[in-house]
Amino acid sequence: MSELKMRELLWRGFFTENPVFRLALSLCPAVAVTNSVKNGLLMGVAVLAVQVLSSATVAVFKNQIHDKVRIPVYIIIIAVWVTVIDMGTAAVAPAVYAQIGLYIKLIVAFAIIISRLEVFASREPLIPSLVDGFGMGFGFLFAMVLIGSFREVLGNGTFWGFPLVDARPILLFILPAGGFFTIGLLMAAMNWIEGGRRG
Amino acid sequence: MADGAKIIGDRQITFSWAGEHLPQAGELRLSTKKDPDIPISIQRIEWATGLPRKALATVEATLDPSQTYRLIAPSTKEQWMIAPSLFGTVITVLLTAALVQNFVFTRYLGLCVFFGVSRKKETAIGMGVTFTVVGVLSGLMAWGIDRFVLGPLSLNFLQIIVFIGIVAALVQMVDTILKKINRALHKKFGIYVVLITTNCIILAVPLLNAMNDSGFWESLALATGAGLGFALALFLMSCAREKADLAPVPEIFKGLPIAFILAGLFALAFLGFSGLKI
Repeated sequence: MSELKMRELLWRGFFTENPVFRLALSLCPAVAVTNSVKNGLLMGVAVLAVQVLSSATVAVFKNQIHDKVRIPVYIIIIAVWVTVIDMGTAAVAPAVYAQIGLYIKLIVAFAIIISRLEVFASREPLIPSLVDGFGMGFGFLFAMVLIGSFREVLGNGTFWGFPLVDARPILLFILPAGGFFTIGLLMAAMNWIEGGRRG
Repeated sequence: MADGAKIIGDRQITFSWAGEHLPQAGELRLSTKKDPDIPISIQRIEWATGLPRKALATVEATLDPSQTYRLIAPSTKEQWMIAPSLFGTVITVLLTAALVQNFVFTRYLGLCVFFGVSRKKETAIGMGVTFTVVGVLSGLMAWGIDRFVLGPLSLNFLQIIVFIGIVAALVQMVDTILKKINRALHKKFGIYVVLITTNCIILAVPLLNAMNDSGFWESLALATGAGLGFALALFLMSCAREKADLAPVPEIFKGLPIAFILAGLFALAFLGFSGLKI
């Protein structure tokens, strides 16, 4: 497999088919846990891990999975890895887990993961599947950290818990509504960037 | 376990006492059922005359009538449970799930479906109704399996896998049965039934029930409230989006970005419900 294709795969997950901003999939945690960079990063890492592990599992066992029952099998594979990550997070970072635990469990219902398994990992060999899973997972991670940074800096005046600006923060941005506003604005910004590149 | 303990006002509890020796404030232990290790200190106990002896205990912290408390007398091993009335709990859980902590606008669940089907009023109503019905069914099934199978066998770590299995099987079942018994209804609602699997609220409800260790009626209330809240959010959003489609929105905001801004405005409005004291 050529290096060019690798780069294309990574770039696709990162920008042209970014799961959050472009495909508008897996939005629930994107709004819910991004009121600070730390939560966003942990959630992103959890999704990245589940995506890469599930992609690899499907790529390895694709010849043993019967075509008719493939979707239930994919769901079970994802659910197994989510359980593993869920327990792992609870053990490693209990403080953050207390806040975002429910959303980590809900990774199992992510459309983006199962769509990558169906579209990519069930057809391609192990290495490209890994790269594709990593690209998509990383695109999600990037979106989470970006939204998290905006919201934490504007809404709390801090970054990763360290105070940045010495002014009264815009409380709205860490409230539920702020998450929707931030994503709406970032999506518009991405449209603007892409429009500029085309024109 | 003795009955007859009740919360009066913000920080007082009455209970009746059968023993000879009247305990002092320091001889009784009060805690919430959730955290039995954190004592709530009792400031003083006043005794009424007459038999059985009635007591009025004044507590340091403000008591929350929606919580379950446990009062223990270590000397006689007697204990009282102070539980809120079932009806009150059910109404509280229902309204909290539907309005105060609306699943879409304050817990941000089910967003994929929310933005997908809120384009038109008609689809929004169809999805809302279907989701409420199937959500209640799956919530109760998951509760039963969690309580009577997973709990006794200590298989709680299988919750995620089992719950998603229940949802997938139930959706398939509802689809098949609907097709057999009522073709017209299936034609209208069939597509929404299939879409339900991708809605994370349907998975969040059993997980929340399992986390809070809810009873049957509480689980039913949470599932119903979640469904109604989702239907309400979907309907409101579809009304706004039909208007936004006709409005002169800037080019880069067309489509999803403006929908997010609208959702943000709704979320802001739903903040008003947080002042609702039930």
